[in-house]
Amino acid sequence: MRHTFLKSFAVIVLLATFAPFGVAFVAPGMTNKPANLAEQQAERLARLEQQLAETKAQARSSGDNAWVLMSSALVLLMTGPGLALFYGGLVRKKNVLGTMMQSFAMMAIITVVWAVVGYSLCFAPGNGFIGGLQHAWLRGVGAAPNPDYAATIPQQTHMIYQLMFAIITPALISGAFAERMKFSAMAVFLVLWTLLVYCPMAHMIWGTGGFLNATLGGKIPVLDFAGGTVVHITSGVSALVCAWFLGKRLGYPSEPMPPHSVVLTFVGGCLLWVGWFGFNAGSALSAGSLASSAFVATQFGAAAGAIAWTTVEWMRSGKPSALGAVSGAVAGLATITQGSGFVGPMSALIIGGVAGVCCYSMVAIVKARFGYDDSLDAFGVHGIGGSVGALLTGVLAARAINPVFQGGAVGAIDGNWRQPIHQLAGIGIGWALAIVGTSVILKVVDMTIGLRVSAEHEVQGLDATQHGEEGYYWEA
Amino acid sequence: MTKVEAIIQPQKLEAVKAALVEAGVSGMSVFEIRGHGKQKGHTEIYRGREYNVDLLPKVKIEMVLPDNLVQRAIQVIVGAARTGKIGDGKVFVSKVDEAIRIRNDERGEIAL
Repeated sequence: MRHTFLKSFAVIVLLATFAPFGVAFVAPGMTNKPANLAEQQAERLARLEQQLAETKAQARSSGDNAWVLMSSALVLLMTGPGLALFYGGLVRKKNVLGTMMQSFAMMAIITVVWAVVGYSLCFAPGNGFIGGLQHAWLRGVGAAPNPDYAATIPQQTHMIYQLMFAIITPALISGAFAERMKFSAMAVFLVLWTLLVYCPMAHMIWGTGGFLNATLGGKIPVLDFAGGTVVHITSGVSALVCAWFLGKRLGYPSEPMPPHSVVLTFVGGCLLWVGWFGFNAGSALSAGSLASSAFVATQFGAAAGAIAWTTVEWMRSGKPSALGAVSGAVAGLATITQGSGFVGPMSALIIGGVAGVCCYSMVAIVKARFGYDDSLDAFGVHGIGGSVGALLTGVLAARAINPVFQGGAVGAIDGNWRQPIHQLAGIGIGWALAIVGTSVILKVVDMTIGLRVSAEHEVQGLDATQHGEEGYYWEA
Repeated sequence: MTKVEAIIQPQKLEAVKAALVEAGVSGMSVFEIRGHGKQKGHTEIYRGREYNVDLLPKVKIEMVLPDNLVQRAIQVIVGAARTGKIGDGKVFVSKVDEAIRIRNDERGEIAL
């Protein structure tokens, strides 16, 4: 009798325990099951949505990083061998290696300077005029993005990309002192120049908290997409100061000094054109439509510049020269740089066209009138091109291309008539910094090392006297 | 033994060489040179700067011949190189004191 109760009790307990499972097996969706399933599905959905967002972000990051890394390589290609060939072909045969070495030296030396302190001075938070030393020795610059600059790529990518700009900017100046500057003095001068002129300018316009930064807390918002002011104005104006300070080459302008190889210059010029896609479109720091827009503007600026320069030259001198065509393209590219990510394609054609005419005039007419020996026209093309481009950016920047002011009017054609004035402020500061900084550094280096080679060495040529080599040893 | 030097237009080199070989001239030296006589130069322009190029590319052929070959050589050179325009070039003739074959020390006309 007792056992009957116990047996019944056991059966009831067992039934109570296993019945729900039996019911679940037999009749899904009845009893408690609907609530569990809905919860599980909601959980799965949430997990899937999160995975999707992560995958999209990873894919975007992948695309962005691949493009910016590629652009870094393209910009380095612009210096070596682009600029090396472009400048190398323009000098006399006895100076070809010396000229190429000036670009190459920057590729090596600035890399070290950048790693130690350069990147930090440009891009670490500091004050309005120079960055701090938080990233000295590239501390804290790793795989994690720096959302101030580029939220989808490692900060290391941003750093290496910006390095290539820091390399080519001082290299551009070498065009002004070609064929007469000591290699040692050049190296010291350009390192000091990078630290004292390039870094402050880059920080002011691109660095967080920079005085002229248009989007990261600047007092005067200057639009400079890829370096019209930071790169071309600083280097071009500094080139003018160098040309004036060092004086003319022996024999200039009475002795003929035609380019020893327009072929090399041509090859270099084309490499510059293609590399410039990395310079401008890469400055979008992303692989989306802004990069496409800057890519297109770059191409149109180059083409219009080549056509404009060639046309003016054809009318003035009777023949369209190869050197002129390539120079016109470079002028167009230098001028479109500042606005490449802010202006539309038709505006880019206009900017390129203006560049071709202005820079040609500067190089072929004004330079002779003033008599300075800017040997390879670094000021005529980059200083003037950069300045013109900076101003035109303020006029032709449009929110439809790049809503950089949160949907507000960007350039004058948008209705923001103050932007050209802001651009002028940037241009003025660039000129001032370049003139003052370069003058001081030149004076110091001249007093300590001496800037110019001796007259005898200049006549023999830099290749033999500075480097112990001959560029072309045909007899061997 | 006589040295014959001919300064000619570069584009005439192949014709002059062929004619000389056919005439029996067995050796010559060819130089690429720049020079001018009465021919005016031309102007080249680089970045707006004009350069007056008055040293024009020419070719100089030099040969040392036995005396009996000299007139024939001059005849074929002039014939092959002449276009009738200024800039055709010139031929110079001078006496040679000695000729030595380095390989075997032969001297005189047999060394030519």
